[in-house]
Amino acid sequence: MEIPYTVEPRPDTGLANGKLGIWLFLASEVMLFGALFSTYILLRVGAIEWPHGELSVKLGAINTVILICSSVTMVVAWAKLKLNDFAKGRLYVLVTVVLAAVFLVNKYFEYAEHLAKGEGPWHSTFFAIYFTLTGLHGLHIVGGIVVMLYLAGPGAGMWKSNPEQYANRVEYTGLYWHFVDLVWIFLFPVLYLL
Amino acid sequence: MHSDPEAIRKSIRSYGIVGGLLLVFTAITVAVNRIHLAVPLAITVALIIAGMKGTMVASIFMHLSHEKKWIYGALLLTVVFFIVLLFLPLAAVSDTIGTPIQH
Repeated sequence: MEIPYTVEPRPDTGLANGKLGIWLFLASEVMLFGALFSTYILLRVGAIEWPHGELSVKLGAINTVILICSSVTMVVAWAKLKLNDFAKGRLYVLVTVVLAAVFLVNKYFEYAEHLAKGEGPWHSTFFAIYFTLTGLHGLHIVGGIVVMLYLAGPGAGMWKSNPEQYANRVEYTGLYWHFVDLVWIFLFPVLYLL
Repeated sequence: MHSDPEAIRKSIRSYGIVGGLLLVFTAITVAVNRIHLAVPLAITVALIIAGMKGTMVASIFMHLSHEKKWIYGALLLTVVFFIVLLFLPLAAVSDTIGTPIQH
């Protein structure tokens, strides 16, 4: 049985089902991270003092630059596919994967440095919320890498049978990826600078 | 969503420009942090810059500047519940903020 409205828009919403689906998923993600940001605010305003300068601003800023660049490569990948340039589209997806992997490597060094100093989540309220927020964000990065590797690898066969649907899949993955970038844009100043 | 090839080529240029602006705003955020402003002012400035960066990502990269009304509707509901989520716990403890927790 063929799944309807994967490419053509539904008459009632004017959207392909996948597009509305990914936005509803992102809405649920806003609530998930929103709950954690709310927790952060609650913990911070309730604290007598809050630590400053515990994290490496340099590493945080480098990771911000990496995620911004990955957002650009992801949206360009979709644009290249819309221009029927599959090779460049797939290449930009793979560049996004590489940038995401570099982000995780940086995060690994950052975590390792803190854990070596005994600054794990048990150390203080600050490190508890830091590891919770960045850990959950890191899991989202891993999820994005898995989906992008599928799209650039075994899932790429769809380009031959249904290029429009394949471009749509890259677009929906891109929407998720930009959201992950968006979350980091707020995490960076909140955790590293303030 | 664009389907005209020329419009898509223009979009690619705008994605590069927005990416560059996001990097500039990141540099500004880090530079402002080095000035050592008072905490309330530092929080306000950092969140304003983050808000501007977030708006650019959402409107240009996520194409929210020209989306269908169903998506705007879903996001409007999300924003309403997100604000409630942010402020409900604060309202619950607003009379005890700044006082040490008693064990």
